[in-house]
Amino acid sequence: MIPDRETFHAALVARHGAERQAKFDSAHVAVCGLGGLGSNIAIALARAGVGHLHLIDFDHVEPSNLNRQQYAAAQVGLAKAEALRNNIAAINPYCEVIAETLRITPERVTSLFDSDDIVCEAFDRADQKAMLVSCVMEAFPQKPIVAASGMAGLASANDISTVRVSKHLYVCGDRVADAADGLGLYGARVLVCAAHQATMILRLIDGTEEP
Amino acid sequence: MIKINGEDSDAAGQTVASYLAMAGFDASRVVVELNEAIVPKGRYAETTLRDGDQVEIVCFMGGG
Repeated sequence: MIPDRETFHAALVARHGAERQAKFDSAHVAVCGLGGLGSNIAIALARAGVGHLHLIDFDHVEPSNLNRQQYAAAQVGLAKAEALRNNIAAINPYCEVIAETLRITPERVTSLFDSDDIVCEAFDRADQKAMLVSCVMEAFPQKPIVAASGMAGLASANDISTVRVSKHLYVCGDRVADAADGLGLYGARVLVCAAHQATMILRLIDGTEEP
Repeated sequence: MIKINGEDSDAAGQTVASYLAMAGFDASRVVVELNEAIVPKGRYAETTLRDGDQVEIVCFMGGG
């Protein structure tokens, strides 16, 4: 039985407190890239009761995603944005999700994030990460960005941390491990990095700027 | 002197593009802030570092 909106919200308030939950309720977060980082971040935010998620990915679910991304085997072939929207609806049906299947380009950045309070960079390729962060900082100099760098391989999870690089830019990861070096991506360690990003996003929504 | 990622550097007079190449950075993977403002990706070759500048370079690793 799916709890009604009031019951669902009361359970969140019981865990988080009314004042903090009110901030989560009204927050708008964009998650760019819905792979090992983004799918886990979006679900963590939806479970916390973040009210509005903007999910963006151009890709479709592939078998190679299932070791670390929050999709089911039966969802292979579906657009990730749509599949994740469905998975979030099953977890928190009261989270408002805008799902967009598109490739983020420098030209699109200027209009894409007008309604979002925080932008989360959760791409896979290093050059795309740099492009997105650079373009968002140029177009929206006051908008917080929570990005990720370095979570490949099986080095210690303790190497992953959150660093505030500048006033509005946070980078989570070990900052050295590169997937291009053939390290592989392991669900558990990617999840640690995703959890850092999701935690920083919740802290920002709550009004805390320190990592 | 210039501060790059908190370290003193004598890169005054160089462009962002020439500094990145000299220091071994892949320019496609970096984000560069100069005195707390982003340097747009298309302006690395025309942005010259000057004495007293504060530079932050983030070099992204792949994976996600």
